[in-house]
Amino acid sequence: MSSSVPQQSPGPAADRPAGPSGVSRRGLLGLAIAGAGAAGLAIGASAGSVAGIAARAKDQDAADSAYSFYGAHQAGITTPVQDHLHFASFDMMERTDAADLKQLLQDWSYAAARMTQGLDVSATGAVGGSPEAPPDDTGEALGLASSGLTITFGFGPTLFETADGVDRYGIAAQRPAGLEKLPPFLGDDLDPDKSGGDLVIQACADDPQVAVHAIRNLSRIAFGRARLRWSQLGFGRTSRTTESQETPRNLFGFKDGTANILADDTDALADHVWVAASDQPAWMAGGSYLVARKIAMLIETWDRVRLSEQEAIVGRSKGTGAPLSGGREFTDPDFTEKDAAGAPAIPVTSHVRLAHPEFNDGTRILRRGYNFVDGNDELGRLDAGLFFLSFQRDPDQFVRIQKTLATDAMREYIKHVGSGIWAVPPGAAKGSYVGAALFA
Amino acid sequence: MTSHRLAGAVALGVVGTLALAGCVAKADAAATDDGLTVTSTADTCAVSSATAKSGTLAFEVTNSGSDVTEFYLLADDGLRIVGEAENIAPGASRTLTVTAQPGDYYTLCKPGMVGDGVGKAPFTVTGDAVAATGDDAQQKQQAVDLYAAFVKDQVGQLVPAVQAFVTAYESGDDTAAQAQFPQVRAYYERIEPVAEALGDLDPRIDYREVDAVAEGLDWTGFHRLEKDLWVPAQDALNSDGETPAWQDWAPSTPAERASYGDQLIADVQELYDYVHGGEFEKTLDAQGIAGISNGAIALLNEVATGKITGEEDWWSHTDLSDFAANVEGSKMAVSLVEDFASAQGDKGANLVKQIDTGYSDLETALAAYGSLSAGFVPYTALTEDDKRQLTDLINALAEPLSQLTSTILE
Repeated sequence: MSSSVPQQSPGPAADRPAGPSGVSRRGLLGLAIAGAGAAGLAIGASAGSVAGIAARAKDQDAADSAYSFYGAHQAGITTPVQDHLHFASFDMMERTDAADLKQLLQDWSYAAARMTQGLDVSATGAVGGSPEAPPDDTGEALGLASSGLTITFGFGPTLFETADGVDRYGIAAQRPAGLEKLPPFLGDDLDPDKSGGDLVIQACADDPQVAVHAIRNLSRIAFGRARLRWSQLGFGRTSRTTESQETPRNLFGFKDGTANILADDTDALADHVWVAASDQPAWMAGGSYLVARKIAMLIETWDRVRLSEQEAIVGRSKGTGAPLSGGREFTDPDFTEKDAAGAPAIPVTSHVRLAHPEFNDGTRILRRGYNFVDGNDELGRLDAGLFFLSFQRDPDQFVRIQKTLATDAMREYIKHVGSGIWAVPPGAAKGSYVGAALFA
Repeated sequence: MTSHRLAGAVALGVVGTLALAGCVAKADAAATDDGLTVTSTADTCAVSSATAKSGTLAFEVTNSGSDVTEFYLLADDGLRIVGEAENIAPGASRTLTVTAQPGDYYTLCKPGMVGDGVGKAPFTVTGDAVAATGDDAQQKQQAVDLYAAFVKDQVGQLVPAVQAFVTAYESGDDTAAQAQFPQVRAYYERIEPVAEALGDLDPRIDYREVDAVAEGLDWTGFHRLEKDLWVPAQDALNSDGETPAWQDWAPSTPAERASYGDQLIADVQELYDYVHGGEFEKTLDAQGIAGISNGAIALLNEVATGKITGEEDWWSHTDLSDFAANVEGSKMAVSLVEDFASAQGDKGANLVKQIDTGYSDLETALAAYGSLSAGFVPYTALTEDDKRQLTDLINALAEPLSQLTSTILE
């Protein structure tokens, strides 16, 4: 149905005088679906827009890469991990009240519901509005597919109550008991400018431009109500959340996330990831808790470590990802296995062993981290590492595992420089918005 | 410095209004057909009437479905959006107000925001073309005249202030000249977009050293005098952060001071002659009120790019005075045109409210650092947090302000 559209010549449009008319990204989609006459389509469209039609029409085949913004849970948690991340933390501005917060969440939800479907941020969008006004949509995603974009919102502890105990929005009583600043961990070197925040947005997509477009537009929508506190770009997912995804590698070169909770493991998700209806507070049922840790890797130092030691630190083979106790990547580690010298095959200080549920009272979390490279530091070292993201039913799960990792041999090569925790409310029902239950 | 918003507005002004939109004042709105209701459900989009008389139309859209919905008035090509009401939650209502000229349109709802929409139906507007009424046009002309008067007044005050400032500078009374510097500049900063539109006049009056060097111009104007008055240390760097302050520069000799001073007086006189001549009025008239509101936006952008970084007054650190004057100038311009926005229904009224709040918050924050009359703290006294707060407040104001022109013209 759409195959004829890309053939459309830009000629008729180019001959028309420039005017206020234009075809929005929305309009393109609508027409491609309807299979409307191509001649009609060209009216008012610039040559650039026509090129956009071609891209757009092809995308129809990839339409199943669009995830609905609405549902019982927010998208972006068990969704197959996309390749790129733009993560942004916001603080509410002074002089805002509960009505501002509510309106912001509504505006954000509306824009997110559109953008995740590959649409412009509003109906008039990037090119359909008045020539006398800046466009509603910044336009750099014109012609790009939805690219599996998911937008996930979360509420930080300070949204409910500031550090000074001020209840700015009348929601302190609804604050989940476990939602508080993470306790200090051994070896933390946290930068306050890369930590915390009243609100958070995780935008993941298979095209980095689509993820950046989402955060850029949501930041703009927030002007006057919330201000960007810090943000992080990520690439090369370091976890998998579905059976079909290959286990990716982190910047240490090791497979990461082999034992992650997968999207189809509903029992494990219910036990470890989703807040249950029986948990408190009631408005969080179907939600989760998001922990972000910016973990700098001392790349140059690591790269000088001999292979056998790298493997001993991780507890897995670098090539196959199999545990050092033997087998293949997905073989369960056997912590009782001994090497020739009679020492544990998987060293007691290895990362895999300390992070394993067996040594954490069965605690599991869903990981969704990304690699990052933020250029280099003033000494010419790569400013790189892992932007660790995890979702859990209770913040204590992360705390439990991170405390066990205090003796992790890997600690010598990493530094936790950023940190944050947010309550991720359940997904919005169609027609509603994220966090609505908080104001019900 | 480099933006020419006012000049650009001249070209755009001609095609500025939607072909379908005219400008009507409040009084006309009352006389037109504004009782239209729309009910949006999952698969219907019921409009109470398929016809209306030209003028201001108000569609009260009620969402009876379970999805967020949108309502569109489309042009006769079925594509171009003439007006839209967005983000209507289930059970909620929203009013779309448009000024419609006679012609054929379509109405359409889009529950769930995706796809073709539902209930696309022809909608006909009958009657006469809606023209700007005499009263309305008169009011707009009055706003333009008031803005012209404001500019003339500021430049009128700038001329003697510059003369006094230059006298102190040329005579070597640096203390007096330093005290006058931020005050003198305020008259210029309030009306900067006007001068910026004048080709090489703004470069001669207000270029920073790095910009003049980059463009191969002789460096003259306020900032040349500034560097003489606040002589940099031998190891200081220019505002580009790498060129030594003394590279190709030395404090002016008395003869050079006389030359640079007289040049500034002459350039300011040229500005005076321009704004008091027929050409200026003709330009303002051609731009109409859009030129005024676009000028207000340009001033805010000036603050957001140059002042907030402290690059403008690199040696004197009097950036907050420029900042305050830019804000005053933009606020003055907005005050002349915001009534026209208010007349555009709820949307316009809300916009004006947002803009007023934005100015008020920004002024409150600025007042913590001083005032134009009493002087401000040096820009170097501000912490990164202080600058961040000002940036946030500029963003909060500039975003609704950027919608002002189109709202007025709708």
